[in-house]
Amino acid sequence: MATLNKYSVLLPTYEERNNLPLIVWLLVKHLSESGHDFEIIIIDDGSPDGTLDVAKELQRLYGKDKIVLRPREKKLGLGTAYIHGIKHATGNFVIILDADLSHHPKFLPEFIRKQAEKDYDVVTGTRYSGNGGVFGWDLKRKVISRGANYLTQVLLRPGVSDLTGSFRLYKKAVLEKLINACVSKGYVFQMEMIIRARQFNFSVAEVPITFVDRLYGESKLGGSEVVAFFKGVLYLFATT
Amino acid sequence: MAIPKLYQWLLAASIFMAAWLSYVAGFFQTNLRQEYHNIILVLPIYLLMAFASYSLALLGYRVATFNDCIDAAEELQEDVKEARKDLERIGYKYASDWQ
Repeated sequence: MATLNKYSVLLPTYEERNNLPLIVWLLVKHLSESGHDFEIIIIDDGSPDGTLDVAKELQRLYGKDKIVLRPREKKLGLGTAYIHGIKHATGNFVIILDADLSHHPKFLPEFIRKQAEKDYDVVTGTRYSGNGGVFGWDLKRKVISRGANYLTQVLLRPGVSDLTGSFRLYKKAVLEKLINACVSKGYVFQMEMIIRARQFNFSVAEVPITFVDRLYGESKLGGSEVVAFFKGVLYLFATT
Repeated sequence: MAIPKLYQWLLAASIFMAAWLSYVAGFFQTNLRQEYHNIILVLPIYLLMAFASYSLALLGYRVATFNDCIDAAEELQEDVKEARKDLERIGYKYASDWQ
Protein backbone atom coordinates (compact mmCIF):
# COMPACT_ATOMS: atom_id res chain seq x y z
CA MET A 1 0.00 0.00 0.00
CA ALA A 2 2.58 2.52 1.16
CA THR A 3 4.59 2.09 -2.01
CA LEU A 4 1.74 3.49 -4.13
CA ASN A 5 1.82 6.87 -2.43
CA LYS A 6 4.04 9.67 -3.60
CA TYR A 7 4.79 12.79 -1.59
CA SER A 8 5.48 16.12 -3.29
CA VAL A 9 7.32 18.46 -0.94
CA LEU A 10 6.73 22.15 -1.72
CA LEU A 11 9.59 24.44 -0.74
CA PRO A 12 8.92 28.12 -1.44
CA THR A 13 12.23 29.94 -1.02
CA TYR A 14 13.45 33.50 -0.87
CA GLU A 15 17.06 34.17 0.07
CA GLU A 16 17.67 30.67 1.44
CA ARG A 17 21.03 30.01 -0.22
CA ASN A 18 22.56 28.60 2.96
CA ASN A 19 19.55 26.73 4.27
CA LEU A 20 18.34 25.15 1.03
CA PRO A 21 21.08 22.48 0.64
CA LEU A 22 20.63 21.52 4.29
CA ILE A 23 16.84 21.22 4.24
CA VAL A 24 17.00 19.27 0.97
CA TRP A 25 19.64 16.94 2.42
CA LEU A 26 17.49 16.34 5.51
CA LEU A 27 14.37 15.74 3.40
CA VAL A 28 16.16 13.25 1.16
CA LYS A 29 17.61 11.50 4.20
CA HIS A 30 14.41 11.10 6.18
CA LEU A 31 12.10 10.32 3.27
CA SER A 32 14.53 7.81 1.70
CA GLU A 33 15.27 6.10 5.00
CA SER A 34 11.57 5.58 5.66
CA GLY A 35 11.18 4.21 2.12
CA HIS A 36 8.73 6.75 0.73
CA ASP A 37 8.51 7.88 -2.88
CA PHE A 38 8.91 11.65 -3.06
CA GLU A 39 9.89 14.72 -5.04
CA ILE A 40 11.00 18.13 -3.80
CA ILE A 41 9.57 21.09 -5.70
CA ILE A 42 11.58 24.26 -5.15
CA ILE A 43 9.71 27.48 -5.90
CA ASP A 44 12.26 30.27 -5.74
CA ASP A 45 10.94 33.81 -6.06
CA GLY A 46 13.92 35.38 -7.83
CA SER A 47 16.20 35.50 -4.76
CA PRO A 48 19.08 37.91 -5.38
CA ASP A 49 21.43 35.69 -3.31
CA GLY A 50 21.48 32.94 -5.95
CA THR A 51 19.20 30.44 -4.21
CA LEU A 52 18.21 29.22 -7.67
CA ASP A 53 21.82 28.33 -8.52
CA VAL A 54 21.97 26.28 -5.35
CA ALA A 55 18.71 24.59 -6.32
CA LYS A 56 20.14 23.73 -9.76
CA GLU A 57 23.25 22.28 -8.14
CA LEU A 58 21.05 20.14 -5.86
CA GLN A 59 19.12 18.98 -8.90
CA ARG A 60 22.40 17.91 -10.51
CA LEU A 61 23.35 15.96 -7.38
CA TYR A 62 20.03 14.29 -6.57
CA GLY A 63 18.47 13.99 -10.03
CA LYS A 64 15.63 15.65 -11.91
CA ASP A 65 13.09 13.14 -10.64
CA LYS A 66 13.83 14.11 -7.01
CA ILE A 67 14.42 17.86 -7.34
CA VAL A 68 11.99 19.84 -9.46
CA LEU A 69 12.57 23.55 -10.10
CA ARG A 70 9.59 25.88 -10.48
CA PRO A 71 11.15 29.37 -10.15
CA ARG A 72 9.21 32.61 -10.45
CA GLU A 73 10.41 36.05 -11.51
CA LYS A 74 9.72 37.92 -8.30
CA LYS A 75 8.35 37.62 -4.80
CA LEU A 76 4.66 36.75 -4.89
CA GLY A 77 2.28 35.35 -2.28
CA LEU A 78 2.61 32.02 -0.50
CA GLY A 79 -0.74 30.75 -1.74
CA THR A 80 0.20 31.38 -5.36
CA ALA A 81 3.56 29.70 -4.72
CA TYR A 82 1.71 26.54 -3.66
CA ILE A 83 -0.59 26.70 -6.69
CA HIS A 84 2.41 27.25 -8.95
CA GLY A 85 4.24 24.36 -7.27
CA ILE A 86 1.47 21.77 -7.37
CA LYS A 87 0.61 22.45 -11.00
CA HIS A 88 3.23 19.91 -12.01
CA ALA A 89 3.37 17.88 -8.80
CA THR A 90 3.21 14.16 -9.49
CA GLY A 91 2.49 13.02 -5.92
CA ASN A 92 -0.94 12.24 -4.50
CA PHE A 93 0.11 13.94 -1.25
CA VAL A 94 1.65 17.36 -0.76
CA ILE A 95 3.94 18.30 2.12
CA ILE A 96 4.61 21.92 2.99
CA LEU A 97 7.26 23.16 5.37
CA ASP A 98 9.52 26.16 5.86
CA ALA A 99 12.85 26.03 4.06
CA ASP A 100 14.68 27.83 6.89
CA LEU A 101 15.27 24.68 9.03
CA SER A 102 12.71 25.65 11.66
CA HIS A 103 10.77 22.54 10.64
CA HIS A 104 12.76 19.30 10.85
CA PRO A 105 12.05 16.64 8.18
CA LYS A 106 12.60 13.92 10.81
CA PHE A 107 8.93 14.38 11.73
CA LEU A 108 7.69 13.46 8.25
CA PRO A 109 7.52 9.68 8.74
CA GLU A 110 5.28 10.44 11.74
CA PHE A 111 3.06 12.73 9.60
CA ILE A 112 2.76 9.96 7.01
CA ARG A 113 2.03 7.29 9.63
CA LYS A 114 -0.61 9.52 11.23
CA GLN A 115 -2.26 10.23 7.89
CA ALA A 116 -2.56 6.53 7.12
CA GLU A 117 -4.07 5.80 10.54
CA LYS A 118 -7.54 7.06 9.57
CA ASP A 119 -6.92 8.26 6.02
CA TYR A 120 -6.88 11.88 7.21
CA ASP A 121 -7.23 14.67 4.62
CA VAL A 122 -4.80 16.96 6.45
CA VAL A 123 -2.10 16.35 9.05
CA THR A 124 -0.73 19.47 10.71
CA GLY A 125 2.25 19.92 13.03
CA THR A 126 1.54 21.38 16.45
CA ARG A 127 3.93 23.26 18.72
CA TYR A 128 1.34 23.46 21.47
CA SER A 129 0.62 19.90 22.50
CA GLY A 130 2.36 16.67 23.45
CA ASN A 131 6.12 16.89 23.05
CA GLY A 132 5.81 19.84 20.70
CA GLY A 133 7.52 23.12 21.46
CA VAL A 134 9.71 25.95 20.29
CA PHE A 135 13.39 26.76 20.61
CA GLY A 136 14.67 30.32 20.63
CA TRP A 137 11.70 32.29 21.92
CA ASP A 138 11.93 34.72 24.82
CA LEU A 139 9.17 35.26 27.36
CA LYS A 140 7.54 38.07 25.41
CA ARG A 141 7.35 35.99 22.25
CA LYS A 142 5.90 33.07 24.21
CA VAL A 143 3.22 35.27 25.78
CA ILE A 144 2.24 36.75 22.41
CA SER A 145 2.15 33.33 20.80
CA ARG A 146 0.15 31.68 23.58
CA GLY A 147 -2.17 34.67 23.85
CA ALA A 148 -2.86 34.74 20.13
CA ASN A 149 -3.38 30.98 20.14
CA TYR A 150 -5.83 31.18 23.07
CA LEU A 151 -7.78 33.96 21.36
CA THR A 152 -8.15 31.91 18.19
CA GLN A 153 -9.20 28.86 20.22
CA VAL A 154 -11.94 30.82 21.99
CA LEU A 155 -13.21 32.72 18.96
CA LEU A 156 -12.85 30.12 16.20
CA ARG A 157 -12.99 26.75 18.03
CA PRO A 158 -10.92 25.17 15.23
CA GLY A 159 -10.54 21.70 16.74
CA VAL A 160 -6.75 21.83 16.36
CA SER A 161 -4.24 23.23 18.84
CA ASP A 162 -1.91 25.00 16.40
CA LEU A 163 -3.53 27.11 13.70
CA THR A 164 -0.64 29.18 12.42
CA GLY A 165 1.88 26.39 11.91
CA SER A 166 3.02 25.79 8.35
CA PHE A 167 4.36 22.22 8.64
CA ARG A 168 1.62 20.15 7.03
CA LEU A 169 0.68 17.16 4.90
CA TYR A 170 -2.31 17.45 2.57
CA LYS A 171 -4.01 15.19 0.10
CA LYS A 172 -3.27 16.96 -3.17
CA ALA A 173 -6.91 17.49 -4.20
CA VAL A 174 -7.72 18.79 -0.70
CA LEU A 175 -4.89 21.33 -0.83
CA GLU A 176 -6.04 22.57 -4.24
CA LYS A 177 -9.59 23.03 -3.01
CA LEU A 178 -8.45 24.84 0.16
CA ILE A 179 -6.08 27.22 -1.62
CA ASN A 180 -8.85 28.22 -4.01
CA ALA A 181 -11.18 28.91 -1.08
CA CYS A 182 -8.70 31.04 0.88
CA VAL A 183 -8.32 34.80 0.54
CA SER A 184 -5.79 35.68 3.29
CA LYS A 185 -2.04 36.13 3.21
CA GLY A 186 0.88 35.35 5.51
CA TYR A 187 0.19 33.92 8.99
CA VAL A 188 -3.54 34.25 8.45
CA PHE A 189 -3.34 32.15 5.28
CA GLN A 190 -2.18 29.08 7.26
CA MET A 191 -4.93 29.67 9.80
CA GLU A 192 -7.60 30.08 7.15
CA MET A 193 -6.52 26.85 5.44
CA ILE A 194 -7.27 24.86 8.60
CA ILE A 195 -10.52 26.71 9.36
CA ARG A 196 -11.75 26.13 5.81
CA ALA A 197 -10.70 22.47 6.04
CA ARG A 198 -13.05 22.08 8.98
CA GLN A 199 -15.74 24.04 7.15
CA PHE A 200 -15.54 21.58 4.23
CA ASN A 201 -15.64 18.67 6.71
CA PHE A 202 -12.16 17.48 5.84
CA SER A 203 -10.57 15.39 8.57
CA VAL A 204 -7.58 16.99 10.30
CA ALA A 205 -5.06 15.26 12.58
CA GLU A 206 -2.17 16.71 14.55
CA VAL A 207 1.41 15.62 15.17
CA PRO A 208 3.58 17.31 17.84
CA ILE A 209 6.60 19.03 16.32
CA THR A 210 9.49 21.11 17.59
CA PHE A 211 10.05 24.48 15.99
CA VAL A 212 13.64 25.72 16.06
CA ASP A 213 13.35 29.40 15.32
CA ARG A 214 15.85 30.50 12.68
CA LEU A 215 19.18 29.00 13.65
CA TYR A 216 20.60 30.99 10.75
CA GLY A 217 19.16 34.32 9.71
CA GLU A 218 16.72 36.35 11.71
CA SER A 219 13.18 35.82 12.85
CA LYS A 220 10.50 38.43 12.49
CA LEU A 221 7.41 39.39 14.45
CA GLY A 222 6.66 43.08 14.07
CA GLY A 223 3.70 45.21 15.02
CA SER A 224 2.29 45.07 11.52
CA GLU A 225 2.24 41.25 11.65
CA VAL A 226 0.33 41.30 14.94
CA VAL A 227 -2.22 43.76 13.50
CA ALA A 228 -2.63 41.66 10.35
CA PHE A 229 -3.10 38.58 12.54
CA PHE A 230 -5.90 40.19 14.59
CA LYS A 231 -7.63 41.43 11.45
CA GLY A 232 -7.43 37.92 10.07
CA VAL A 233 -8.88 36.35 13.20
CA LEU A 234 -11.76 38.84 13.21
CA TYR A 235 -12.40 38.22 9.51
CA LEU A 236 -12.63 34.48 10.09
CA PHE A 237 -14.69 35.03 13.27
CA ALA A 238 -17.28 37.02 11.31
CA THR A 239 -17.38 34.87 8.20
CA THR A 240 -16.86 31.20 9.15
CA MET B 1 -22.83 26.08 5.80
CA ALA B 2 -22.77 26.68 9.55
CA ILE B 3 -23.64 29.99 11.20
CA PRO B 4 -20.50 32.16 11.52
CA LYS B 5 -18.94 32.23 15.00
CA LEU B 6 -19.69 35.92 15.43
CA TYR B 7 -23.45 35.29 15.12
CA GLN B 8 -23.27 32.28 17.42
CA TRP B 9 -21.76 34.55 20.07
CA LEU B 10 -24.26 37.34 19.45
CA LEU B 11 -27.14 34.87 19.64
CA ALA B 12 -25.97 33.31 22.89
CA ALA B 13 -25.23 36.72 24.42
CA SER B 14 -28.63 38.14 23.44
CA ILE B 15 -30.51 35.15 24.84
CA PHE B 16 -28.61 35.43 28.10
CA MET B 17 -29.01 39.22 28.33
CA ALA B 18 -32.72 39.04 27.47
CA ALA B 19 -33.31 36.53 30.27
CA TRP B 20 -31.19 38.51 32.70
CA LEU B 21 -32.75 41.89 31.85
CA SER B 22 -36.27 40.55 32.15
CA TYR B 23 -35.41 39.15 35.57
CA VAL B 24 -33.80 42.41 36.72
CA ALA B 25 -36.68 44.46 35.36
CA GLY B 26 -39.10 42.21 37.23
CA PHE B 27 -40.95 40.85 34.20
CA PHE B 28 -41.51 37.55 35.94
CA GLN B 29 -42.20 36.69 39.55
CA THR B 30 -39.85 34.40 41.46
CA ASN B 31 -39.57 33.52 45.10
CA LEU B 32 -35.77 33.15 45.13
CA ARG B 33 -33.99 33.76 48.42
CA GLN B 34 -32.51 37.24 48.82
CA GLU B 35 -28.85 36.05 48.52
CA TYR B 36 -29.57 34.34 45.16
CA HIS B 37 -31.34 37.45 43.96
CA ASN B 38 -28.28 39.54 44.84
CA ILE B 39 -25.98 37.22 42.90
CA ILE B 40 -28.17 37.28 39.81
CA LEU B 41 -28.13 41.09 39.79
CA VAL B 42 -24.35 41.12 39.22
CA LEU B 43 -24.15 37.84 37.30
CA PRO B 44 -22.90 39.27 33.96
CA ILE B 45 -20.02 41.01 35.73
CA TYR B 46 -19.23 37.85 37.73
CA LEU B 47 -19.15 35.73 34.61
CA LEU B 48 -16.88 38.18 32.80
CA MET B 49 -14.50 38.28 35.77
CA ALA B 50 -14.50 34.51 36.09
CA PHE B 51 -13.75 34.15 32.37
CA ALA B 52 -10.94 36.71 32.54
CA SER B 53 -9.37 35.02 35.58
CA TYR B 54 -9.63 31.60 33.96
CA SER B 55 -8.05 32.93 30.76
CA LEU B 56 -5.17 34.61 32.57
CA ALA B 57 -4.47 31.56 34.70
CA LEU B 58 -4.52 29.28 31.68
CA LEU B 59 -2.29 31.64 29.69
CA GLY B 60 0.20 31.82 32.57
CA TYR B 61 0.25 28.05 32.89
CA ARG B 62 0.73 27.54 29.16
CA VAL B 63 3.54 30.10 28.92
CA ALA B 64 5.27 28.50 31.93
CA THR B 65 4.98 25.00 30.48
CA PHE B 66 5.92 25.93 26.89
CA ASN B 67 8.59 23.38 25.89
CA ASP B 68 11.94 24.99 25.19
CA CYS B 69 13.23 22.20 22.91
CA ILE B 70 16.91 22.74 23.67
CA ASP B 71 17.60 19.15 22.59
CA ALA B 72 15.97 19.78 19.22
CA ALA B 73 18.23 22.79 18.60
CA GLU B 74 21.35 20.82 19.55
CA GLU B 75 20.30 17.90 17.40
CA LEU B 76 19.77 20.24 14.46
CA GLN B 77 23.28 21.66 14.89
CA GLU B 78 24.65 18.12 14.66
CA ASP B 79 22.48 17.36 11.64
CA VAL B 80 23.75 20.50 9.92
CA LYS B 81 27.36 19.41 10.44
CA GLU B 82 26.60 15.95 9.08
CA ALA B 83 24.72 17.39 6.10
CA ARG B 84 27.55 19.74 5.18
CA LYS B 85 30.11 16.96 5.42
CA ASP B 86 28.03 14.66 3.24
CA LEU B 87 27.24 17.37 0.68
CA GLU B 88 30.96 18.08 0.33
CA ARG B 89 31.60 14.36 -0.09
CA ILE B 90 29.16 14.07 -2.99
CA GLY B 91 30.68 17.13 -4.66
CA TYR B 92 28.34 20.02 -3.82
CA LYS B 93 30.01 22.93 -5.57
CA TYR B 94 28.94 25.75 -3.23
CA ALA B 95 30.43 24.08 -0.16
CA SER B 96 32.70 27.13 0.17
CA ASP B 97 29.60 29.10 1.32
CA TRP B 98 29.94 27.71 4.81
CA GLN B 99 33.72 27.79 5.22
